[in-house]
Amino acid sequence: MSEWPKEPKQLGKEHVRYDGPIKVSGRAKFASDIQPGGWLYGMMLRSKWPAARIVAIDLQPALRIPGINAAVVANDPPFIVRFYGQEIAAVAGVSKQACLDALRAIRVESEPLPFVVKEEAALSNASPHVFENQPNAGVPRVLQVGDPNAAFQSADKIVEGFFQTSVQLHHALETHGNTIQLNDDGLTCWASTQGISGVKDSLADNLGVPLDRVRVISEFMGGGFGAKNGAGVEGGLAARLSKEAGGKAVRLMLTRFDEALAVGNRPSSFQKVRLGAKRDGTLVAYQLDAFGTAGYASGGMTAAGGGGAGFPAPYIYQVPNSRVQQTTVAINAGSARAMRAPGHPQASFGMESIVDEMALALSMDPLELRIQNDPSEIRRQQFRIAGDRFGWKAKYRSPGASSGPVKSGVGCGGATWGGGGHGSEAEVQINPDGTVEVRCGTQDLGTGTKTLIAIVAAEVFSTETSAITVRIGDTAFPASGGSGGSTTAASVSPAVFDACQNALRDLSVASGLADPRGTNWGPATSRLRINPVVARGRWKDGLSGHGVGGVQMAEVAVDIETGFIRVNRIVCVQDCGLVVNRLAAISQINGGIIMGLGFALYEERIIDAATGVVLNPNFETYKLPGIADIPEIDIFLQDMPERGVIGIGEPVTVPTAAAIANAVSNAIGKRVTRLPISPAQILVLVGKVPRIPVGAPNGQTGA
Amino acid sequence: MVSALGNAAAVAQSAEALDNQKPVGPGPTKLVLQVNGTRQEIAVEPRETLLDVLRNRLQLTGAKEVCDRATCGGCTVLMNGQPIYACMKLAVEMEGQEILSVEGLGDQKNPTRVQRAFIECDALMCGYCTPGFVMSLTALFHEKKNPTQAEIKKACSGNLCRCGTYPHILKAAQKVVESG
Repeated sequence: MSEWPKEPKQLGKEHVRYDGPIKVSGRAKFASDIQPGGWLYGMMLRSKWPAARIVAIDLQPALRIPGINAAVVANDPPFIVRFYGQEIAAVAGVSKQACLDALRAIRVESEPLPFVVKEEAALSNASPHVFENQPNAGVPRVLQVGDPNAAFQSADKIVEGFFQTSVQLHHALETHGNTIQLNDDGLTCWASTQGISGVKDSLADNLGVPLDRVRVISEFMGGGFGAKNGAGVEGGLAARLSKEAGGKAVRLMLTRFDEALAVGNRPSSFQKVRLGAKRDGTLVAYQLDAFGTAGYASGGMTAAGGGGAGFPAPYIYQVPNSRVQQTTVAINAGSARAMRAPGHPQASFGMESIVDEMALALSMDPLELRIQNDPSEIRRQQFRIAGDRFGWKAKYRSPGASSGPVKSGVGCGGATWGGGGHGSEAEVQINPDGTVEVRCGTQDLGTGTKTLIAIVAAEVFSTETSAITVRIGDTAFPASGGSGGSTTAASVSPAVFDACQNALRDLSVASGLADPRGTNWGPATSRLRINPVVARGRWKDGLSGHGVGGVQMAEVAVDIETGFIRVNRIVCVQDCGLVVNRLAAISQINGGIIMGLGFALYEERIIDAATGVVLNPNFETYKLPGIADIPEIDIFLQDMPERGVIGIGEPVTVPTAAAIANAVSNAIGKRVTRLPISPAQILVLVGKVPRIPVGAPNGQTGA
Repeated sequence: MVSALGNAAAVAQSAEALDNQKPVGPGPTKLVLQVNGTRQEIAVEPRETLLDVLRNRLQLTGAKEVCDRATCGGCTVLMNGQPIYACMKLAVEMEGQEILSVEGLGDQKNPTRVQRAFIECDALMCGYCTPGFVMSLTALFHEKKNPTQAEIKKACSGNLCRCGTYPHILKAAQKVVESG
């Protein structure tokens, strides 16, 4: 088993980003910035029907538009589209304006079909079927542990609740898409992706190009969050357009509107939860009956997500007797994809809400109830550390206790995540002039992978990170796999460490110097003459770990006159094994918390039941957290270097929404049951919205 | 009431003035742009936005197309020192205006103090929104030497970041303030 240095000089320190200068100066070329000579603009035509039989597509009028070089159909008619926004055709031309004209010119003959876009409606027998002759509701997954019926009978307290979470969109700022050139020599793809290897495999397979003729490059990419794993329908269409346009490169990036329709989302959840406990606070019985939608299909299967709308339950706390039933229901909407900690934020919201209800029923401090029932020693410790930093004991008051119209409240929640490493490979080249190049077929989603590679290499060679050249994001380099499930740091760091150690050993042999580092570096490398040292390395057991906890606490202020919620402070205590770059780790944690804040308060894809159209496909109406929404964030990063490198991207987004929801409930003295927590929900909960009695004429409000 | 009528008359007059202008297009129109201190002579369709022209005709891809309708700030450039959404301006409107894009600030080796603060505070992750934030804050610091936290937030209120770098962007801005 390999081991990290006990007294590292680079690992765990604060390092600025390797590609900071090129990014802040606007010189970084993302997939959407690549412009090979003679490149064409690509755009897609999407279904305006939530369900329809596409009978015929006439591309000829589009091809007659000046400046249009190619047009292709997504499928040969007849075929059925099952959501508003499904791909129908694509065009390539010399400008965006020409493409817009061409898309308008395409003639589509269609027969609209009945559709359903609401989960509850889709469950009904009378509902239109998303797939013919197939029920919308999948076979429920049922899991029983122990004897829940007997345990509920023996419980001193039972609490119940019904909790909902909405469909959340990834909305990476760089949209999905690629610049692709397909000619007789082969295929080159500049992709905005989390997995260059996956894109290579899918394009080769889709287009029948041999793997040795496919190269995928992703030097810079503008965010993924789980939704950018394959080449996508858009990748296949861009390649076919390039071929049809005589081998000219085609840049086909989705529009912001497209992002809300067809390239993934976090499934919704509707959770009926029941929890039983003994008088002393011991949880004994749990029951969950849940459903949710992952869109028309069951959701993309990825390294990090199993597809469907299911989630882990009972979440993190030990309940010896449980019955869990979960159903994924199809609707006429775009399919889900893995989204940052798939399933966990939904699971966390339902569980942490009902645990808070139980604490109230038992007249216990919710923090103490959690510590009592949490089987993870690390997380129990984190709850205590967070409580001290936050000042929980002084701040926690009974629900709705604050006076005046602006109510303050506190809440907390915990997380778990696996992560861990997989078989990444890397290659190191030490040149005769002493320079070092590390090559790895991974990609940097903004997590700081390039920086991490430079840190590990600098550690082994006893040099500074500025002395290392890092090359990633190219399938010409040793394969490293996709970046998902918080596995990249734990996969790449060991592979680079191994490659550097092998290179150091080879340099020692080639130079005849026992330790070629430090002042020996120049003399050793100068003896290499024409042959640089090139060494490979592979992920090895012992350098990475898996399984982290994480606890967050939130303090909020809620104006019960307007329903406006202000998150004032978040405390986060997070373990992640051996920290490689403290600065980037803090950035990741900030990012996870802020995305969790969006899930808690703002983010919800809304589809109109009458038309099947997504009503908020842009940032005017789908609100992302902005700079003014950001609370004070206090992070305590627990160092556990003996556990090796563990990823951190996902666990940190899990408990934020639950902690905020509990804090809001604590503030107003009413249980929040639905995310996002809109001002309207607050006003309803505090009784500020006039109710209209059944049967009352319009315009007359009741008491 | 009188002033409302006066306004209506003014609007009617300017509409009439517009009607009397000779329309350009629909084909490419010759255009002279002043971008990053360089004179650029190009032919563009009148319906092309400043953002499209910067990115696709001048290869200045620092400004990003993220939403294409003035909600994210990814395309922020400065027009005569004022931050604007390049996606919301037609290129033909930009004649006679001084346009500054991120490429007109420092390069990798010579970053401006705003850019350097972004690097040092790790105020970027994927980096897609970064040029937009850099431009918004550059405009702010041109205008004010010691902006308050509230002014910094206001200057960035038209920019979105999905990676969640906001806390570090605030730190970077603070660093610029402290560096004087």
